[in-house]
Amino acid sequence: MEELINVGKRIPKLDAEEKATGRAIYIQDLKIPGMLYGKILYSPHPHARILNIDTSKAERLLGVKAILTGYNIPPIKFGFYKDNTPLKANKVRSCRDEVAAVAAIDPEIAEEAIDLIKVEYEILPAVFDPEEAMKEGAPLIHEEHLGGKEKKPTNILNLPWRLVAGDVEEARKNSAFVAEDRFKVTWVTHCCMGTSGCLAQFDLKNNLTMYANTQIPSLAQRDFTEALTAMGLSGKKVRIIKTTIGGGFGSKLDTYAFEYIAILLAYKTRKPVKIVFTREEEFFATSPRQPAIIDIAQGCTKEGKLTFRDVRMILDNGAYTSWGATTPSVMMMPISSLYKIPNVRYIAKCVYTNNTYSQAMRGYGNPQATFAIDSQIDILAEMAGIDPLDFRLINANTPGEITPQKFKVQTCGLRECIDAVAQRLDWRQNHGRGNGRGIGMASMIHVGGGARVYKSDGCGTIIKIDDFGTVNVFTGATDMGQGADTVIAQIVAEELGVRVEDIVVIHTDTDVCPWDVGAHASRTTFVAGNSARGAARKIKEKILEVAAKSLGELPENLEIRDRFVYSKIDPEKKSPLGKILRASHYTTGGSMVMAEYFYDPQNENLDKEFKGNLSVTYAYGTHGVEVEVDKETGQVKILRYIAAHDVGKAINPMLLEGQVFGGALMGIGYALTERLILQNGKVMNPNFLDYKILTAKDVPNIETVVVETDDPYGPFGAKGIGEPGLVPTAPAIANAIYDAIGVRIKDLPITPEKILSELKKRT
Amino acid sequence: MKKLIKFFLNGEPVQIEIEPHLTLLRLLRDKLEMTGTKEGCGMGECGACTVLLNGKTINSCIYPAMEVDGKMVTTIEGLLDPQGNLHPIQKAFIEYGAIQCGFCTPGMILSAKALIDENPNPTEEEIRNGIAGNICRCTGYIQIIQAIKSTSKP
Repeated sequence: MEELINVGKRIPKLDAEEKATGRAIYIQDLKIPGMLYGKILYSPHPHARILNIDTSKAERLLGVKAILTGYNIPPIKFGFYKDNTPLKANKVRSCRDEVAAVAAIDPEIAEEAIDLIKVEYEILPAVFDPEEAMKEGAPLIHEEHLGGKEKKPTNILNLPWRLVAGDVEEARKNSAFVAEDRFKVTWVTHCCMGTSGCLAQFDLKNNLTMYANTQIPSLAQRDFTEALTAMGLSGKKVRIIKTTIGGGFGSKLDTYAFEYIAILLAYKTRKPVKIVFTREEEFFATSPRQPAIIDIAQGCTKEGKLTFRDVRMILDNGAYTSWGATTPSVMMMPISSLYKIPNVRYIAKCVYTNNTYSQAMRGYGNPQATFAIDSQIDILAEMAGIDPLDFRLINANTPGEITPQKFKVQTCGLRECIDAVAQRLDWRQNHGRGNGRGIGMASMIHVGGGARVYKSDGCGTIIKIDDFGTVNVFTGATDMGQGADTVIAQIVAEELGVRVEDIVVIHTDTDVCPWDVGAHASRTTFVAGNSARGAARKIKEKILEVAAKSLGELPENLEIRDRFVYSKIDPEKKSPLGKILRASHYTTGGSMVMAEYFYDPQNENLDKEFKGNLSVTYAYGTHGVEVEVDKETGQVKILRYIAAHDVGKAINPMLLEGQVFGGALMGIGYALTERLILQNGKVMNPNFLDYKILTAKDVPNIETVVVETDDPYGPFGAKGIGEPGLVPTAPAIANAIYDAIGVRIKDLPITPEKILSELKKRT
Repeated sequence: MKKLIKFFLNGEPVQIEIEPHLTLLRLLRDKLEMTGTKEGCGMGECGACTVLLNGKTINSCIYPAMEVDGKMVTTIEGLLDPQGNLHPIQKAFIEYGAIQCGFCTPGMILSAKALIDENPNPTEEEIRNGIAGNICRCTGYIQIIQAIKSTSKP
């Protein structure tokens, strides 16, 4: 391969300067003349009938422009299960249920008006434990929700997650060793530093412009268009403009009540209406990661070859349904395909409760499932008397493998990742000391080449070049801080023969940017990257055609290098790109040089059995940890942290490390400190003092190992890396703790209290 | 009852009448329209609103604006030199990949500046302590620590 000039380089994020100087405009910073401020009144009860809402006092408050309740809005339903409404009528089902909303001329008046709204409730029996909620006679969250064969009212969602491959029962009989355990994972939340918000504005023809923090501009556009139809505004246009996003991590993969409320308030008042969450709202009124009860069994032969994996899961869906309910579709991936596993069974149920409802969060269901799987791999290895390192090597995935879920493994650097971690931790020397210091490892698989969860997994790119050689790249991709803009610029610059500084990436406006299915599944570098490369190739052809005329050379004899078109035959024949473009524009019968490309990867939707090659390629990784556990206090100190990832090719090693560092620290929080505490459905710790995310004092020096397997389908060989960094963190730490003190914690987070309580049980 | 206060904001004199309950953050963002200073929590817990008062870090979201009377306030907008060049800490944050979503960045950079101004050659532990009040959810802090380290003057 030719030497790469832009790809593989540690190029700073394109918007870093704007952000470092405080000039980047977030939703919090946006003001439009005449703008009103929206506020929401939430239910104080987890389950109650609404008897009366009295808004009369609030209406009389000077500066209040509109008040809405569930009784005076059109019938908008949202969420993929269509079980949620912007404001609730008749009853509330969780403590985050939106009951009324106000638009006022300033935020203080809006807040005061909210306080003046009086709601009478009749409290109903509530249920918070999904196992209780599944029982006959449990309070029904949605009485009209029917399920099962008899179509009876039930709290169990009609989402029969079930994956079966091979014969688990037979394999269990033939296994030399079988481990059976129950693991639990709890609520954790994204904690984006920029809280949620939006600004809705209608023009005189009732077309909507929505300034939004979203990871799914094209899908949000569809959702809001549906809402307009429900409002009697069918055929009206929706334009989504993204302000700078203060963190995403999956939280912005759906549309939410507050956004519909802003739209309704803007429509009613004929003014722009902005809603921005307080930090407290961000904690209790956004959707966290799904908690799960995981019953898992795995078996192996005497020699340590895995024979089967049998998993049953109950997921707390909360009171409404967002993408959290579909996390089992991703949990299937590690369950079926992390390590070579011939027989697999996975059954999951999502159950309504009166808790807050869940959403996607970095890794989707993968961190939850991998915690159970790879914790238990250590348990099983011990039963078989095999070093857990050897156990993993025996069962490691390999290129060319077709997994039980019919994933076609292309490149696979898992073995290299395991080896790198073992070497850095000096595994043979350090494992099994049991003196309060321990080491552990865990691995991961994730989609690395898109994921066909919708009918399309596509992304569009448009490129145009101006008279001066500036390249405008219009992409469907979303940058929420991860650096999609920069990676796309590097890919285009490399393909086109220009420099990153020549490129402007526009990714903020659905009126100008092409379609994309969203920033999920670690798909942006792969899918948007391939799309950008395709568009760059096309525009290059056009440039060379134009250049051929002015340089008197055949297009196939021309190339673009460092902003110049050169003749390959006679290097003296050359012309700067801008000049070529001007020649194209300033001529009779001239043409505009522009190209578009839509890339939709050759991956498959899962079939009825939940099988199929979901991603073009898969990302692998292994994390290794050394911990010291204080047996007196139960405190866990991380001494070393190694994160090895098969990334295909690092387009930008600096940004890639940032993804791994950030993911791993979020994973360490998931493992050790983070928990959204819900008591009777109410979030008890909606602040940064009581919800413990880690600070600069807590972060260990994470060492990254980049394994480049150069995937043939990736843009310049790259795979996705957005989510993998936090997938194997919790089991790696749990395994290290076990190695240090012989205590196995199966319930996240691994707090000092849990460690001490387990230690106490043994004495 | 409004009261007149006078202070220096990024070297420029400011006179303004304000309500007594106003926080410094609201004064900066709402009254003076300087939105570089961010509100992450409004409760003094996350550090996104960090500004410098007479060179020391404060959480502007819980700091009464009245209290800045007669003092010097530095915000992120005040870090550029008169020619518009970036401060070395801003440059380092950009070059080391210390910025992802960027929401914590202004506050983080000001905490780093206060640290470096007082202690031009901090140890890694001093850097970690110096920014411990600034929460970042994106970066895992490592590249932030590296960036600050790179600006230290041995």
